[in-house]
Amino acid sequence: MTWKRSLLAAAALGAACPLFADGNGPVNDSGATAWMLTSTTLVLLMVPGLAMFYGGLVRTKNVLGTMMHSFAAMAVVGVLWTVVGYALSFGPNALGGLIGWSRGLVLLRSIDHTILPAGVPEYAFAMFQGKFAIITPALIAGAVAERISFRGWVAFITLWVLFVYCPLCHWVWAPDGYFFNLGAKGAIDFAGGTVVHISSGAAGLALALFLGVRHGYPKTAMAPNNLTFTLIGAGLLWVGWFGFNAGSSIASNLETARALTVTQVAAATGALTWVLIETIRDDKPTSLGMASGILAGLVVITPAAGVVQVGGAIALGVIAACACFGMILLKNRLGYDDSLDAFGIHGTGGIVGALGLTFFIRDSWWAEAAAKSPGWGILSQLKVQAFAVGTTILFSVVMTLIIAFLVEKVVGFRVTEAVEKTGLDHEIHGERAYGLNNLN
Amino acid sequence: MKLITAIIPEEKLDEVREALIDAEIERITVTRVSGHGRQQEIVVQRGKKVVPNLIPKVQITIACNDEFEDITVDTIIRTARHGGGEVGDGKIFVQDLKECIRIRTGERGGQAI
Repeated sequence: MTWKRSLLAAAALGAACPLFADGNGPVNDSGATAWMLTSTTLVLLMVPGLAMFYGGLVRTKNVLGTMMHSFAAMAVVGVLWTVVGYALSFGPNALGGLIGWSRGLVLLRSIDHTILPAGVPEYAFAMFQGKFAIITPALIAGAVAERISFRGWVAFITLWVLFVYCPLCHWVWAPDGYFFNLGAKGAIDFAGGTVVHISSGAAGLALALFLGVRHGYPKTAMAPNNLTFTLIGAGLLWVGWFGFNAGSSIASNLETARALTVTQVAAATGALTWVLIETIRDDKPTSLGMASGILAGLVVITPAAGVVQVGGAIALGVIAACACFGMILLKNRLGYDDSLDAFGIHGTGGIVGALGLTFFIRDSWWAEAAAKSPGWGILSQLKVQAFAVGTTILFSVVMTLIIAFLVEKVVGFRVTEAVEKTGLDHEIHGERAYGLNNLN
Repeated sequence: MKLITAIIPEEKLDEVREALIDAEIERITVTRVSGHGRQQEIVVQRGKKVVPNLIPKVQITIACNDEFEDITVDTIIRTARHGGGEVGDGKIFVQDLKECIRIRTGERGGQAI
């Protein structure tokens, strides 16, 4: 099957040389497999990390409701991905390349014995990709926190993964995908700058505008209930991101270590820059600033982790922190309610990373690109990147609005004002996050 | 001088507070409290119905001069009540206040409020 042969290209971005045993197909590489299984686990750890990150940022009455958004993604997409998600994303081109499809991949039946040319069981690759499909819709929750119904959210992420995530994932990462084959060496998106961060950020912005502001915003102060949670969440995200980025090499080799290194540097630089901006501007380094800077750095390096070196990672970390900080100031001025800054950090950081990486690509990459397409330079690659970014934003925004409209009409998306005032925890889930203030 | 203590539903806090500010009652103290009156709230945990014996509420404490008593009480009643009134809407206690002292200046009585 062509898609399997071509998966080699995706799988071997870093080119752990495919191991063939006398024409009997690829042999399992236990080192690479072990790292892929570890990475898969690490990426899943990011989801409860995100739940804590967001859960700490909302008001006391919405903590569980907000954390449930992330956990709902684990449950819903955890099933959906194995049933049809993987088939839609990594099946061969269907509908003129708009999406992938392979009947054999439904319920992952056809990969039961498959070892990919990278030496990794296809189950490991499918599960690794599945974790990305889980965290992407979970990120959107930050833009619409504190005002959506649980069933509306479940309906939304189901449709969003099927009609936004899967097509985008197919375009960018399937070897016959459209963006994968743009220009000399494709649009560069190592671990999901466009697929994960720009798409979820843009969707978050569209959804925040569609649903409107929270009751009382921006007049009423809506302070985070527990920044301790947020810091622990940011820490879990940072650790998990090593799986997210370094795992995206689908190998356990030089490229894996490169990705891990720049991930560390960019996150640290982002955090430093953000805290520095705060200290200069407002005289106080905040823990929220530290957490936000870490995220900005991690997001910006996500598309770039395969092609930039340490210097580029530092530069991108600085630029991302400045850009995201600026975007949040701009949001406050414009008055839309991207509650926990899903667009402010993931959208902005993703765009900065996908475009900015062009200026910091390592020389050996340029040499390979020039070998394939003579004269290939910064400007030509920047055009490819800009095209991928623009298309992603446009596609995500349009599809998100259509889905949001359907969900609002059919199951109801935004909660009533009474529910919003009492809080999602009590009204929707019948629970409270903290027993501390309740003597029961 | 009066000391007004109101026990109100948690979700009504913002509404009550905003209405009080509009009525120029801007000095209030808010505490989270638990207790029980006639209201029963049934909670379901792992399929089992549980009746918690203590229900969380919000307590507002306001010290005011005598002429502000009525408007304070009326504002709280108007905003804390659910629709036509439900069990659990809370209570208001009004007490005579013997003395009030502003720590910063040592002022006493009505002007310190």
